[in-house]
Amino acid sequence: MIGNIHSIDTFSTLDGPGIRTVIFLQGCHLRCQYCHNPDTWDCNAASAQRYESTEIIRIIMRNLPYYQASGGGVTFSGGEPLLQAEFVKSVFSECKQAGIHTALDTSLYVAGKFVSEVLSYTDLFLADIKQINAEKSKVLTGAGNSMNISNLHLINERQVDIWIRYVIVPGLTDDEEDITALGEFMAKLDYVRRVELLPYHALGSHKWRLLGLEYKLGDTMVPTAVRMKELQARLELVSGKPVFIPGDLV
Amino acid sequence: MQAWRNFKPGIWNQEINVRDFIQKNYTAYDGDESFLAAPTENTCKLWSKCQELLSAEQRNNGVLKVDATTAIGINSHPPGYIDRKLEIVVGFQTDEALKRGINVYGGLNTTVKACKAYGYEMESNLKVFFKTHRPTHNDGVFDVYTDEMKLARRSGIITGLPDSYGRGRIIGDYRRVPLYGLDYLIGSKESDILTLFQKRMDDNDIRLRAELRHQINALHELKKMATAYGFDISRPAENGREAVQWLYFAYLGAIKEQNGAAMSIGRISTFLDIYLARDIEEGVISESQAQELIDQLVIKLRLVRHLRTPDYNTLFAGDPNWVTESIGGVGIDGRHMVSKNSFRFLHTLKNLGAAPEPNMTVLWSSKLTDSFLSYCAGLSIKTSALQYENDDLMRQYYGDDYAIACCVSAMRLGKEMQFFGARCNLAKLLLYALNGGKDEISGQQVGLEIPVYGEETLDFKEVMRRLELQMEWLAELYVNTMNVIHYMHDRYAYERMEMALHDSKVHHYMAFGIAGLSVIADSLSAIKYAQVKAVKDERGIITDFIINGEYPKFGNDDDRVDLVAVDLVKSLCLKLKNTPAYKDAEHTLSVLTITSNVVYGKHTGTTPDGRKLGEPLAPGANPLHGREEKGALAACNSVAKLPYAYARDGISFTFSTVPSALGYSRQAQVSNLKALLQGYFMQEAHHMNVNVVNVETLKEAMEHPEQYPDLTIRVSGYAVHFIKLNREQQEEIIMRTFYQRM
Repeated sequence: MIGNIHSIDTFSTLDGPGIRTVIFLQGCHLRCQYCHNPDTWDCNAASAQRYESTEIIRIIMRNLPYYQASGGGVTFSGGEPLLQAEFVKSVFSECKQAGIHTALDTSLYVAGKFVSEVLSYTDLFLADIKQINAEKSKVLTGAGNSMNISNLHLINERQVDIWIRYVIVPGLTDDEEDITALGEFMAKLDYVRRVELLPYHALGSHKWRLLGLEYKLGDTMVPTAVRMKELQARLELVSGKPVFIPGDLV
Repeated sequence: MQAWRNFKPGIWNQEINVRDFIQKNYTAYDGDESFLAAPTENTCKLWSKCQELLSAEQRNNGVLKVDATTAIGINSHPPGYIDRKLEIVVGFQTDEALKRGINVYGGLNTTVKACKAYGYEMESNLKVFFKTHRPTHNDGVFDVYTDEMKLARRSGIITGLPDSYGRGRIIGDYRRVPLYGLDYLIGSKESDILTLFQKRMDDNDIRLRAELRHQINALHELKKMATAYGFDISRPAENGREAVQWLYFAYLGAIKEQNGAAMSIGRISTFLDIYLARDIEEGVISESQAQELIDQLVIKLRLVRHLRTPDYNTLFAGDPNWVTESIGGVGIDGRHMVSKNSFRFLHTLKNLGAAPEPNMTVLWSSKLTDSFLSYCAGLSIKTSALQYENDDLMRQYYGDDYAIACCVSAMRLGKEMQFFGARCNLAKLLLYALNGGKDEISGQQVGLEIPVYGEETLDFKEVMRRLELQMEWLAELYVNTMNVIHYMHDRYAYERMEMALHDSKVHHYMAFGIAGLSVIADSLSAIKYAQVKAVKDERGIITDFIINGEYPKFGNDDDRVDLVAVDLVKSLCLKLKNTPAYKDAEHTLSVLTITSNVVYGKHTGTTPDGRKLGEPLAPGANPLHGREEKGALAACNSVAKLPYAYARDGISFTFSTVPSALGYSRQAQVSNLKALLQGYFMQEAHHMNVNVVNVETLKEAMEHPEQYPDLTIRVSGYAVHFIKLNREQQEEIIMRTFYQRM
């Protein structure tokens, strides 16, 4: 089985527990305004590399000592990895046999059948909630969030762990009302184990220009550490879940 | 004996055997850092006086004062103090802190130049004396160097050779002085002179007899030096304070007489713990006083200074002395060797702030406690001042009483020493292979003369055949050059003080080195997997390349190129062994560059991997910056493949990251860094420098150095104050790969 791959990072500590190998799959159907990897959008990009699943598995296995020492494993990210759900499944099932922890970093803006396909082989979903408000989701990502919400329920019912990732974009996602609604929604999902609040940053904007795309958030300010901590506290209070912000803000 | 009260006896009572003393008497400490004490008021006052001196030194072009009138020796200067009331550990190299003495034995011209560089004139009678009556190491070497050696040295195929400065990398077993006292050590050497020799007297016997006599003289002089400070070190130390002072005196004697590039202190923390633990047990000192002794010892070690030339500083930037202290490790019996005093040593980074010296080296083992490794990882994240070396690997070769000299060179304390040999430039050697031994920059014939590569497209097999020939040429020349250097160093600048604190018959290593490993590996990979066309200049020398296609690059955990690097290391190691080494030394090899990767790069033409003329090589065994496409573990895995058995003098890898890339919380950062070390060392990797720092901070420090006096960063095998590097070196560090996620 062949996968269409954007890139591989063998050392990540920010995409699930412990030290992780992250496989970034090529292709995404969302067009999030703050996306820092717009080069992963195009499913047919010439820059993508085609890998046999056996080769990817070999690369993942090479880092076994680090996973064992850290409680880490492999994370499939993207792009949207569930656009290549069959490939993910074939790699993850091998990983499970080898005792390697598997995580999937996904928007969950996909049909439920793709989620079902990988559910039994996935230890952890790093699931985005782009916007809890359906209308605002459309503005932000180009798509409504009904699949996102229903997939989260599906995973929760199947009792698979979820870490929610939510990007704070001033003016787009940091409305107090939305944060409260987000917290209330997550409070209902038992398998949401933690929440990661990520501050918006513009480090990917040059990639937009390189791709000839218009970057609309040019004037958006990066949220301050104080603001991040405020939102962290609020979300923790409403959701009852542990909420993390990146280490350099702590 | 009063000095040895309550110590468990053993063989160490009958012979000099510090290892046996340690193994019988040390207490492994399993707890965490919560027992550690803050600096005492005296330490704070003393350190603040030192900091004033240090900033004055920095303002004064990096050198506070030079005594250009006295050739430095063990007793050349009267005692020096900063403030006698505050100092509980005493002694400076000259009569004032940070005043640099001149060590002429390495080379007269070097000394004159170094004085001039800082606005001093070497005293004329002294100059005349050395010129007329006392040849130096440098004179000796150049009396014997062949034209071929001089040319190789000048063209930069072999560089950084210790032929005009002290070779260093010899560690006296300074612990012998507190444990036994000088009278016993002198007696033991006298008895060796009586028993070690047969009737026969050949070169070797005569030389060794002379060396032993010099060693004994040095011990007598050391006794005199301590007397001047008011201490009688003819007897063993009776308590912790004496043990620290005696040991420091022994080290001080060595660094007064020798300006070796690396003057490492050994493995002293757990040894000293035995004395401190006894004092604490007896109720004589408190934890705070124990910490005070170590803080003040470390203050002294931070003030070690030698006078260097500007040339030297480009090779070894940041005024380093490699006062390397090896901490931790595990004994042959399986007990870890971390003591409370191991923590105290590391704790100086907090009590006194981050600093590059002493060069704290954690001997990593899977058997170290989690609390100790967590403490180290936390310090790495805060200070970037630690390096880690694989004790589980080294113990197989060196037992459990070895230490690291300089950056990555292991040796059994008091039983082994090495002849330091800088490094050869393999990236440049590849160009010699293509150009039939002609230097791509000067055009001179330096290497083995064969025709310049004729075809336009480079063929891997043919290039390898040519490389083999040049490597054979280089290996023989390199060993012979080293033989000259070390013969003459023994003759004109013998380290009698350090060697007096060794067994009389020692094992010698001769340590060769490689620079540019990743560049030559990538170049060969390009030739093999892509298509590389050679471009000749008007002299008919190949100076540029056209590369078509992709090729695997070192640092991505790809065997196709990684094994090329492995083969190069093995091949050079074996070739070196074909030429016998001085004093029957065992040939070893390192992959380590210090900061010289910048200078070597300057002297290396464009290479077939696409690196341009003059651009830096990668430091140590690192992949060339920007070529790691698969992140840090892939780079670690590539480096881990390099075989330590063929690079016994060490394989240096520098890992740099921003703090946030290690995890969301400090706790996660500590635990991930520990796991990174574990995963790396489990694969029999040898060494890792850990830098955890924001690139913005470095850029900021370039613009406003005065605001970052303590900013410490690890380069290949040692740490430096970032602001003491020149701009080029700073830029090279910033250019390096800092693992971070966008």
